[in-house]
Amino acid sequence: MSRSNFKITNEPIDIAILNQTLRDDSAGAYASFEGWVRNLNDGKNVNSLDYEAHGVVATSEGEKILIEAIDRYKLVAATSFHRIGHLEIGDCAVWVGVSAQHRGPAFDGCRYIIDELKQRLPIWKKEHYQDGDSDWINCLTAKD
Amino acid sequence: MINVTAKYFAVFREKTGKESEVLLTSAATAGDLFTEVATRHLFSDPMLRCKVAINDELAGWDSGISEGDIVLFFPPVAGG
Repeated sequence: MSRSNFKITNEPIDIAILNQTLRDDSAGAYASFEGWVRNLNDGKNVNSLDYEAHGVVATSEGEKILIEAIDRYKLVAATSFHRIGHLEIGDCAVWVGVSAQHRGPAFDGCRYIIDELKQRLPIWKKEHYQDGDSDWINCLTAKD
Repeated sequence: MINVTAKYFAVFREKTGKESEVLLTSAATAGDLFTEVATRHLFSDPMLRCKVAINDELAGWDSGISEGDIVLFFPPVAGG
């Protein structure tokens, strides 16, 4: 039985607990991705940022993406949490974890999920810069 | 003419200065309504880089809109 779990959260992401939920006797591989808040974007020094989401649509779409990945890559389980609210440099903004029988599907499924999340979820990011300015960022201007 | 509610997020909310507004419109599709509000509120993002949801379901720009619909206008996304 494949398992998916997507959540938008105001709380710090507890990776140690989440990756244990992916364990299964049939899974020989686990792959994960963490997206961190960094201090530089487009040559500007970033102090912090705020994430905003439409929770209902983002959760529905995030769950669809996990199920797509489970079906496409025959994953055992897939989980992803995305933060909203105010985040500081180094905070984990998004976490994706998957388990599969073998490493190939685990890597591929994890990559598919983060790529689709970035393109499809109604989530927005406002960066606050050291010079006091701030700006909304979108996926076509963001490089990673 | 129909009454619909338009809701705005992130940069769209800042440009309109409001989270939502009730509109009396002749727009037949979500795309028509976007063009109407984008013109009035001076949105700079092209429609095809934005997304729309009708009553909390993602929809295409050619989706029809009806009396009482809540139309969510999403500017270019930036998750991750």
